[in-house]
Amino acid sequence: MPELIAKSALEGRSVTLGNVTLAEVAVGPITSLAVFPAGGKAVAKGLKVLGLAMPEPGTFAEKKGARIVWTGREQAFLMGVDAPPLEGAALTDQTDGWAVLSVSGAGMADVLARWVPVDLRLAAFPVGRVMRTQLNHMNVVILRIGDHAVEIMVFRSMARTAWHEIETAMHMVAARAGVKI
Amino acid sequence: MRLTCPLCGDRDRREFYYYGAEDYLHRPAEGAPLAEWDNYLHLRDNPAGVLRDLWYHEAGCAQWLLVTRNTVTHEILGTELVAERKA
Repeated sequence: MPELIAKSALEGRSVTLGNVTLAEVAVGPITSLAVFPAGGKAVAKGLKVLGLAMPEPGTFAEKKGARIVWTGREQAFLMGVDAPPLEGAALTDQTDGWAVLSVSGAGMADVLARWVPVDLRLAAFPVGRVMRTQLNHMNVVILRIGDHAVEIMVFRSMARTAWHEIETAMHMVAARAGVKI
Repeated sequence: MRLTCPLCGDRDRREFYYYGAEDYLHRPAEGAPLAEWDNYLHLRDNPAGVLRDLWYHEAGCAQWLLVTRNTVTHEILGTELVAERKA
């Protein structure tokens, strides 16, 4: 077997316009955990090894480079580490299925407000929260990782479209900031 | 129009897909009389007022919701997860 080189969807590129930076970030392995009915206890036991637990709806937690993200009812993504042996849930490797974009800077919420139909300002969407929603017409998972920073998980096949949409909105917001009324 | 998803919170209507009346949750048992199947498949009330119908949160948590709403005032009176409803 030849050695295959893993490549990210956007070669780790980044761009800054005005006070907003868009960049592709590497998050390591991604494993989907879909808990079986009555599998909760076994999953809790398996996740304890990492110091994590199944997250409440709309939240994520981090510990020593491992991150667990709520992605649906009885479902979570384990990111950054290989999944430990786990009973009580269906595990699926999703690593190659996603591209993760970080949008950060003071104007982050203004930029994303042009595509996302949910309030992303800090008061409505505080740090540690996650939501599944849309970026224009693309389904995405958005994690609030800092006061002025989010990470957006998008299907890898749509990575360049998502990049284009966000970069366009960044141009618009930056241009508007320069207009004197 | 906005629906409050029990998992995701207050969301815009564009995130949801409409399916139909609550009747779809009450599938007749196997061998039920034809009239019952006819009722299940085709006969719907069309109330001016409160009704319950099914919506799918396709751009969010991918859960089916049972929404109680008023067709006259457009009020949303309640939403619950189909998966966790008490039968």
